[in-house]
Amino acid sequence: MTKLEKNDRLVKLSLLVIALSAISVLAIITVFIFEQGTPIMFRYGLKSFLLGQDWYPSEKSFGLLPMIVGSLMVTLGALLIGVPLGLASAIFLTEFSHRRLTRILKPVIELLAGIPSVVYGFIGLMFLVPFIRNNFGGPGLSVLAASLILGIMILPTVISIAIDSIRAVPDSYREGSIALGATRWQTVRMVVLPAARSGIIAGIILGMGRAIGETMAVIMVAGNAADIPGSILAPVRTLTSNIALEMAYASGEHREALFATGVILFVIIMILNTIANVTSTRQRKK
Amino acid sequence: MENWRFKPRAKRVSASRLKRESRLCQPGFLLFLLLLVALAFFPSCRTGRRGHSLVVAGSTSIQPFADKWAEVFMEKKPGEIVDVQGGGSSAGIQAVRTGAAHIGMSSRELKGDEKELYQIEVARDGLAIIVHPSNPLDNITIEQVRGIFQGDITSWETLNGQKKAITVVVREEGSGTRGAFQELVMGKSRITKKAIVQDSNGTVREIVSRDPNSIGFISLGLVNESVKTLALNGVKPTEEAILKKEYKLVRPFLFLTKEAPTGLAKEFIDFILSEEIQELVHKEGLIPVRRSSRPEGSL
Repeated sequence: MTKLEKNDRLVKLSLLVIALSAISVLAIITVFIFEQGTPIMFRYGLKSFLLGQDWYPSEKSFGLLPMIVGSLMVTLGALLIGVPLGLASAIFLTEFSHRRLTRILKPVIELLAGIPSVVYGFIGLMFLVPFIRNNFGGPGLSVLAASLILGIMILPTVISIAIDSIRAVPDSYREGSIALGATRWQTVRMVVLPAARSGIIAGIILGMGRAIGETMAVIMVAGNAADIPGSILAPVRTLTSNIALEMAYASGEHREALFATGVILFVIIMILNTIANVTSTRQRKK
Repeated sequence: MENWRFKPRAKRVSASRLKRESRLCQPGFLLFLLLLVALAFFPSCRTGRRGHSLVVAGSTSIQPFADKWAEVFMEKKPGEIVDVQGGGSSAGIQAVRTGAAHIGMSSRELKGDEKELYQIEVARDGLAIIVHPSNPLDNITIEQVRGIFQGDITSWETLNGQKKAITVVVREEGSGTRGAFQELVMGKSRITKKAIVQDSNGTVREIVSRDPNSIGFISLGLVNESVKTLALNGVKPTEEAILKKEYKLVRPFLFLTKEAPTGLAKEFIDFILSEEIQELVHKEGLIPVRRSSRPEGSL
C-alpha cells in the first residue's frame, strides 16, 4: 500500500467516526431523556400521566393531558393558518407572479426564518395579545395568539419547500395541460399541485415539527394555564412550555416529571413524523 | 443544465496536488477533530471536593437565593465549599437539629420546641397583591384573595362593581413566590388551573399592567408604578407596616444553627449580613434586614 492510499483509508475511517458521532448525540439524548423520565411514569402509572388532568407537582399530581391537548391544539392551529397561507404564496410566486417580483419576495420570506423566536413572542405579546383581548375578549394570551404566531413562524419553511417542489414539476406537464384547453388555475390545481404533492407534504411536516417544538414564543403568548382550553380564546400550555417554564426551580420528582414530559413529547413527535412519512411515501407510490 | 461540466472520466490528479488539497484532511488534523468530538461527550472533570464543607439545607424558597450567596462566597474564599440543598423548611429545621446540616433554612417562623434553635434572620420576603392601575379597587380581604385564586370568585362585580371576568395571573409551580403565596394565603386550597402562569415576577407584573381585568402577586421589591398594589385587610404594604408586622403577607428568611454559629458557618452568615450581600438581597426583590443597606425611598 502506498502512503497515499494509507492516508486515504485513515481519512475515510475518521470521517466515518465523525459522522457516527452526530448520530450518537441523538442516541445519547434519547437514552438520557428516557432514563430520567420513565421511572417516575412507571412509579405513578402511565395512565395518571397521559390521562390525568391535574398538574400540581408539589402535591404529587402529574397529569399531562392538558399539555398534550394543548400542544396538539396549538400545532393544528398553526397548520390551519400557516399551510393555506404558505401554499397560496408558493403558488403565486411560482406560477403567477412576475419573475422579478419573485426574485425580491422569496429572499424576504426566507428572511422570516432568521428572526429569533423570542422576537416573534415579543411582538405577539405587544400587539397580537392586546388586539385579541380588546376585540374578542378573554385575557388575550390564548390558543388563538399562539396559533397565529406559530402559523407565521412556519411560513418560510412551508413556502420555500413548496416553491422548490412546484418548480421541480417539468414544464412539459404545464404545456400539455394548457394545450388541452385548461386554464392556468386549472393547470395548477389539477396538474402541478398533484405532481408536487410529496414535496409540499414534506414542507408541511417540517413546519409541523417546528410548531410543536417551538417554546419561547409560545410561552410568551399562550398564557400557560395547565388546563384543557375551553375555547380558542382560553390560555393554553404546551408540553415544551411546561418543561421550560418549570425547569428553573424543579427538584426531585417534579424534575423527573418534567423529563417525563420530554419523553411524551418525544413519542408524540415520533408518531406524527411516522404518520406523515408513511402517508407521503404512499402517495408518492400512487 | 449543468451537465456540460461533467467529463466522462476524472483526470488523473497528480500526487503533489492531492497532497496540497488534502492538507485539511491530514491525519493530525483529523485526530485533533476527533479529540474535540470526544471531549464534547465527557462532562467536565470535577476535582474531588476538598477543604471545609458547609451543608446548608431547607426552604426551597430561600434555596435559589442561598445558591447565589454561596456562589459569591466561594468565589471570595477559594477552597471553602458551601453545599446548598433544598427539602423544605421543616426538613431544614429537622436537618439542623439532627446535625445532618450545619445551617438550616426556614421561610416560616419557628414553632414550639423548634424555638430552642439559634436563629438569624437574613432577609424578609413580602408579597404584594397587584391589579391594573385603572382598577377602582383599593382594598381586599385575604378571604377574597383566596376566593379569587381558588377560582370561586370569577367576576369583579362583587369587588368593584364591574361586570368583567377576572384574569388570574400566578407564578409557576416550584417558584418560591408561588410557594409563599400558597402558604400565606391559600393554605390547603389549590390555586385554580385556569390561572395564567408566568415564570418570573417581571412577566407577571407586565401582564397585570396591560390587562385591566387581571390580578396577580409579586415580590414586594419589584412593584413599580405600572401596577397598583392592594391594601390587604385595610393595610397597605409599606415598610412601616411590615416592620410592625401589620401587613400579613411577609415571611422571614431564617438561617438556623444548633448553637451560636462558629467557624465557617459564622463566616457565611456574617457574609450574608454584610452590606454587599444585603444589597444583592434587595436587588433580588427581598427586604434586607440591615437598615443601612436599604436605599431611601424604596418600598
